Amino acid sequence: MATTSTTLKGAGPATGSRAFFAKLRNGDEIARLITMVFAATVVLITVALVLELWTNSALPRHKFGLHFFVTETWDPIMDNYGALPFVYGTLVTSIMALVIAVPLGIGAAIFLAELAPPRISDTLQFFIDLLAAVPSVIYGLLGVFIVVPLMRMVIYPALNKPFGFLSIFKGPSYGVGFLTAGIVLAIMVIPYIISVSREVLLSVPRDQREAALALGSTRWESTWKVVVPFAKTGIMGSIFLALARALGETMAVTMVIGNTPKIAASLFAPGYSIAAVIANEFTEATGDLYLQSLIELGLVLFLLTFILNGLARVLIIVTTQKGSTVNA
Amino acid sequence: MDARLRWRKFVSNFMLAMTGVCAVVSVLVLFFILGYLLFNGGTSINWDFFTKLPKPVGETGGGMSNAIVGSAKILLLASLIGVPIGFLGGVYLAEFSGKGMASVVRYAADLLNGVPSIVIGIFAYSLMVLPMKHFSAYAGSFALSLMMIPITLRSTEEFLKSVPRMLREGAMALGASKWKTIATVIVPAAYRGIVTAILLALARVAGETAPLLFTAFGNRFDSRGWSQPTATLPVMIYTYAVAPYEDWHRQAWAAGLVLLGLILVINIVARTILSRGIAVPRS
Repeated sequence: MATTSTTLKGAGPATGSRAFFAKLRNGDEIARLITMVFAATVVLITVALVLELWTNSALPRHKFGLHFFVTETWDPIMDNYGALPFVYGTLVTSIMALVIAVPLGIGAAIFLAELAPPRISDTLQFFIDLLAAVPSVIYGLLGVFIVVPLMRMVIYPALNKPFGFLSIFKGPSYGVGFLTAGIVLAIMVIPYIISVSREVLLSVPRDQREAALALGSTRWESTWKVVVPFAKTGIMGSIFLALARALGETMAVTMVIGNTPKIAASLFAPGYSIAAVIANEFTEATGDLYLQSLIELGLVLFLLTFILNGLARVLIIVTTQKGSTVNA
Repeated sequence: MDARLRWRKFVSNFMLAMTGVCAVVSVLVLFFILGYLLFNGGTSINWDFFTKLPKPVGETGGGMSNAIVGSAKILLLASLIGVPIGFLGGVYLAEFSGKGMASVVRYAADLLNGVPSIVIGIFAYSLMVLPMKHFSAYAGSFALSLMMIPITLRSTEEFLKSVPRMLREGAMALGASKWKTIATVIVPAAYRGIVTAILLALARVAGETAPLLFTAFGNRFDSRGWSQPTATLPVMIYTYAVAPYEDWHRQAWAAGLVLLGLILVINIVARTILSRGIAVPRS
């Protein structure tokens, strides 16, 4: 039977319906249709997700409009909701995470891509991959029992005494707060920065390095002034990717940020993040407006990560393609 | 001139050494986490942990047997939903699709993969929990399966595409129809990679907490059937860690050790399978 179909195909363009039935008979068309249904399911789910978030946040969108993002009050009793403290907390913790994680991550990636012999580089990368697999609740657990006491007893005195006059280091410390969350987030996103940056650095063509060395630059100069600039856009991509992770991270942040909906200049003050408020209050939200305000926060989170992930992907693709075209 | 050269060499060596320090510090974090969990979890883990139900607040002892069973149930159902959709969708992308449809599916999968897990939780809540009017293992499994689908789909596609053309053409030349070629030649050739990807997807969702908070919720007792609130290990770790009871903290460490051990073992096994190479030599 299979042979018949091959002959049919080879015989030239048969009329549409006859070719279709021939394919149906030998199973190809059936297989195509079945797998297509499953592939379409993925599209359907994604569309449903966006629609569901959009329609279920209609109430606060109509009631508060854009004021939702600039209002500081979060008052379930008066049924009045503003997202500013959460947006602020999410941004502050994520930016702090990047400030810590970017130098460390890129440094480690340079070592893995430029310096380490392939075997060592691969072994270390294996450990980095395992690190990326550690679930966030475990980071939260260690955050609560290690980073929080460490913060209260070591980091806070060390920063508050000499720099206490700066408003970002002012005030008392409870251990939990923006800085604690930032540190935990930094540890969580480092593996992502390393993995992607290493990949991008490895795609930089060899001649770039050799040309720089031949002109008399030291190893570091060739790395920092030639290789890294070449891979710059890709590294930016890895940072956006890390930022998207940090923004959406829930459990670890919820456990160490202090869960207080206030905007404070001090990094030691407790705060709140978008993901954390959803995690904490979603099951307790009474009333449609309360619940839908939380869903709108989810929508905001979705849009933010959507934009960042898209940007990251474009940047990474552009860089790796640049490497291969120069090679050719 | 000489001094300048010496300075440049010093900077070079210093900065390169610093990158090494960065790498070592990053990797040490893993061993620190492991060591700390082994130390704290190892001293609190015992047979009761695996066999007993949680005790009421105030009483010491008890275990998390319900959460272990609950996690297993939810992961099983999540795989049963997520793996077929991801796998067959991946087959479609690699073998059947035209350009337009494929890019739409790929885009949707990447988008779904990037959605924060808490948002997946909201989606599962409004789609499953609200209509059913209670938290359930079904809703939890649905949420986790949504996270497994994109990973399985994209890696299935990638591994199928890496199967050499010659195999395809050989099968076709022998007169096999397309789906027969796929089922008997291409998928078997790529199965190692696909199994690895599924294992990694499973490991990834096994530790997810946020999507389960308001889908599977939690339960202090064994949950019968699939339509009741169900305890899971990650959610238990969260609740126990933030609670003020010393004995609960002990149990949270034990649960953390079990969970992390499970995830790392799956990861190591999967990556070892993969590093032994795909069964077919790449052309």
